[in-house]
Amino acid sequence: MLRFFASRLLQSLLALLVIITATFFMLRFVPGGPFTAEKAVTPEILRNLEAHYGLDKPLWHQYFDYLGSLAKGDFGPSFKYPNRTVNEILGDKLPVSIELGALSLLVALLIGLPLGILAAVRRNTWVDYWGSTLGMMGISIPTFVVGPLLVLAFAIHAGWFNASGWYTISDRVLPCLVLGIAYAAPIGRLTRGGMLEVLNQDFIRTARAKGATELRVVFKHSLRGGLLPVVSFLGPAIAGILTGSFVIETIFQIPGLGREFVNSAFNRDYTLVLGTVILYAGLIMALNLAADLAQAWMNPKVRLEG
Amino acid sequence: MSTLVAPSAPVPPAPAAALERGNSLWHDAWLRLRKNRLAVFGAVTLIVVSLACFLGPFFSPYGYEDQNLDLGASAPSAQHWLGTDTLGRDLLVRLLYGGRVSLGVGLAATVVALTIGVVYGAVAGYFGGKLDAAMMRIVDIMYSLPFTIFVILLMVFFGRNIILLFVAIGAVEWLTMARIVRGQVMSVKRMEFIEAARSLGFGKRRLIFRHILPNVLGPIIVYTTLTIPGVMLLEAFLSFLGLGVQPPMSSWGVLIKDGAEKMEEFHWLLIFPGTVFSLTLFSLNFLGDGLRDALDVRSSKD
Amino acid sequence: MLNRPPFLVLAALAVLAGCKKSENTGSPAAGQTPGAQAQVLHLGNGTEPQDLDPQIVTGVPENKIVNALFEGLVAYGPNGQGTVPAAAARWTISPDGLVYTFYLQPEGRWSNGDPVTAQHFVRSYQRLLTPSLAAEYANKLFPVVGAEEFYRGQLSDFSQTGFKAIDPSTLQITLKRRTSFLLESMKHYAWFPVHIPTVEKFGGLDRKGTAWTRVGNLVGNGPFILKEWSMQQRLVADKSPTYWDRAAVKLNQIVFYPTENIETEERMFRTGQLHKTNEMPLDKTDVYRREQPESLRIDPLLGIYFYRINTTRPPLNDKRVRKALALAINREQLVEKVTRQSQIPAYSACPPMEAFTSPARLSGDLDEARRLLAEAGYPGGKGLRKIDLLYNTSQNHKKIAEAIQQMWRVNLGVEVGLMNQEWKVYLDSQDTLNYDLCRAGWIADYVDPNTFFDLWRTGDGNNDTGFANPEYDRMLEQALNAPTQADRMAIYAKMDALLMDEVPIIPIYFYTRTYAMNPKVNYPVNLVETPNWKFIYLKE
Repeated sequence: MLRFFASRLLQSLLALLVIITATFFMLRFVPGGPFTAEKAVTPEILRNLEAHYGLDKPLWHQYFDYLGSLAKGDFGPSFKYPNRTVNEILGDKLPVSIELGALSLLVALLIGLPLGILAAVRRNTWVDYWGSTLGMMGISIPTFVVGPLLVLAFAIHAGWFNASGWYTISDRVLPCLVLGIAYAAPIGRLTRGGMLEVLNQDFIRTARAKGATELRVVFKHSLRGGLLPVVSFLGPAIAGILTGSFVIETIFQIPGLGREFVNSAFNRDYTLVLGTVILYAGLIMALNLAADLAQAWMNPKVRLEG
Repeated sequence: MSTLVAPSAPVPPAPAAALERGNSLWHDAWLRLRKNRLAVFGAVTLIVVSLACFLGPFFSPYGYEDQNLDLGASAPSAQHWLGTDTLGRDLLVRLLYGGRVSLGVGLAATVVALTIGVVYGAVAGYFGGKLDAAMMRIVDIMYSLPFTIFVILLMVFFGRNIILLFVAIGAVEWLTMARIVRGQVMSVKRMEFIEAARSLGFGKRRLIFRHILPNVLGPIIVYTTLTIPGVMLLEAFLSFLGLGVQPPMSSWGVLIKDGAEKMEEFHWLLIFPGTVFSLTLFSLNFLGDGLRDALDVRSSKD
Repeated sequence: MLNRPPFLVLAALAVLAGCKKSENTGSPAAGQTPGAQAQVLHLGNGTEPQDLDPQIVTGVPENKIVNALFEGLVAYGPNGQGTVPAAAARWTISPDGLVYTFYLQPEGRWSNGDPVTAQHFVRSYQRLLTPSLAAEYANKLFPVVGAEEFYRGQLSDFSQTGFKAIDPSTLQITLKRRTSFLLESMKHYAWFPVHIPTVEKFGGLDRKGTAWTRVGNLVGNGPFILKEWSMQQRLVADKSPTYWDRAAVKLNQIVFYPTENIETEERMFRTGQLHKTNEMPLDKTDVYRREQPESLRIDPLLGIYFYRINTTRPPLNDKRVRKALALAINREQLVEKVTRQSQIPAYSACPPMEAFTSPARLSGDLDEARRLLAEAGYPGGKGLRKIDLLYNTSQNHKKIAEAIQQMWRVNLGVEVGLMNQEWKVYLDSQDTLNYDLCRAGWIADYVDPNTFFDLWRTGDGNNDTGFANPEYDRMLEQALNAPTQADRMAIYAKMDALLMDEVPIIPIYFYTRTYAMNPKVNYPVNLVETPNWKFIYLKE
């Protein structure tokens, strides 16, 4: 087990280095830089700007400088927001995104799992059809439609909520609901699919034949195997949901990290792009590891390898 | 051979000696599919929508780019069955042309993502060990690279090209598919019937594609139906970056995005594209579920 | 059974809505905008400010905040126009127009109580011109003797420049040459002073982005002081107790919201979270016109929306083709049916302003356009290669481009392809002349025609059309040295006529600024969106 973790850690660090290197150089080949603006600065001012940020040094030099400061835990200053460091921006916004993400995930699991399990157990009954329909609605109506619709209904017409913001508890309701529903749908569908695979297997038939109650069949025998696809899906999905959602954060004006992922790329804020990428990569790898562990636990036939 | 088709084997390891049996497998599946009303409904709807998109524009008096600035946005009427957009263009014909783009992109990009994802995931899951570790870390890397930057770079180096659209979408959409397939394959590969097949000395390729994959078809189909709406909406984001359809041509994703901004003033601009989009996805999903059931030999024994 | 989860959620929703009222952190509750007694103004401000250091920032949202926290020598008057004393109580200009002497407010105070001195101004300008600070607007000060040389490192002794503190309350600025729009341009925040000891305390004069602009650290001389700055959430400024003219300041607090999404912003206005938005979604404009015209504001804005033409690429290097394209646009129809926000159709390169309304006009009808195109060898558009029109991704630019594309096709038989790019890629394509036609906009930095004509100088960093005309450059220089205002304007008129003959750009319309505002707010119109906050308040 220890060897498994050590090996996985080593692999992940290597992958991280590849990600950082690729991102670093990709950014420099994209047209436009952090100081490209509609009102162009004069060439001499641009030269001074580049010197100020060390962008005038050879690229490999900048690369090793960056790795050096990274090794010290310093993600560097932001280009777009000169008086904030990337560490500070990530530190400020990550908690907001985690709160939004965790609440939404809770909504998603509370809706998605029961719906999916029920649909599988009561397959091809009205329960299944309605569950599928609800799930498909969640999938086919995008968040940028659901979000404004809920705001119109509950904030503008009913007057229960603010149209946007992240100040009070009530400000959490609409965004978490919208994001939660968006994730509930695939979770429900995958749960149903996974459960169906298991429910038809021989050991379930055997259990049923032996007179096990339906509840026991579902919870004791099927759930572990049936949730396998959901777990594979959840690894990257949780990384995505915890690092914020661009659409939701924009619609509801939430000061989370999701907007920074997109906007930092548009702003060519080199250091902030790298910071968000590193954070996301770390989460992805940690969560995929967690998913692998969960899979091994859920299905003894799966062995941890590597 | 016949011992393998014993009740304990989830899927009859088909072909070779049992070509007939294989044929009857697909034949049975087809029969089962035909009996599934929802699946038939889905298939029919899909065919109708596709035909409308590819043939409909020929019967329309309007082109997708014909503007009528004096008319502007107008509600559905006898002249314009689904109304017009803010430049006075006929929404119906724009929706049909947009369907060509969206269905085309949805299909092509999904096939790309599906093929790569399934093969990649199956190989990683089957062989395991160092190969699996290396392949999965590559997936982790692909997940993490900044997509926006990646797409812009693609365009800088290769120009704007419809092929790039599939590359860009395929590049992100296969990742989760690969992880799901890998997880399923790992759980299936040690089951008795696979061990049995292995002991008979079947080749690895045959084991993976003939014996293992058919048993993980369910999650693959489900996830594919989940991928398609994502792909169609991703196309709208890519046209934001300049890749994808060029105006005045449109796509469902772009129409829905535009419509969402005007939902209060000109609701038909959201309702019609949204309805067609949802209807298509529902149909795909019912068809997918039907296919899954039809191909699932175990359930047929109920 | 199955329908239960959504119902549960709805119930939870209702419960949470019920407990909302008890949680008040100062943001206005839905449906109720605080009234005039409180004098707290909530406004949408577009984007998150990059920074609050007036010598570092570059955008409009920053401009609005910086004008609350700092004050320049002069400012806009109560109706948003003209020039009134600000940090300077009065000033004199030498007869040759070269020496400006400013006498500072005797009661001028920084927010920490320090008096505002002439020395602060001189040292602030020295900071702005220090190359290692790399201030993007350093060139705003270049009309002053020695400023450019100091920035370029050709002059190391700042006391040799034209910035002089005669005594603590007298500032003298000597220009290289007569610059009649100097006072106008001094309303730009590049000319604002910073509190040097504070800047030094937090890391030094030539360092960008130090902590000196943070809450608790920032020291300003403006009518408001920084109280809260939550990134991507809000920025709160309170009335300053030390400001020299505090009796005139009516607002007690301004809350700026970084409203990046204009649909969201408009919804915030409807729930009463905002008194004023920054923009208005195009399709909402007509709804407001119809249903609540009292909340719709359409202000003139000194700016032009136009298409750049790459004059170095055939067939666009032929001015007949360029002119044909320019003439074949029905601007009245475009403004009335497409852009819908009372923009003014543009037939010249410079929007009208008090001091100057260009007599030049792009003239000719559709027949003339077709004739020119035929003359150039492309009758009815035949033989013309496909031309691409580049724009940065946005609903409005797309809509305008689609309409113009159709006009060109119908009126001239010219097929133009549309091509959108992401903002910075688009800027890069423009800068490297990697386009045929390209959508662009220019908003004035200060209220003077010079800000528009300067663009088309040969090799100017913002020219980006390949247009190079020695005669034009000569006139530009001539205008700067013109002895009287009338002479100067006459030269600009000639330059505009030259531009409308050469057509390196296709003018389309002059901007307006459209937004929603609570009728209770008194908010003077300003052509370059620079508010003078002490004249803004909530009416009873």
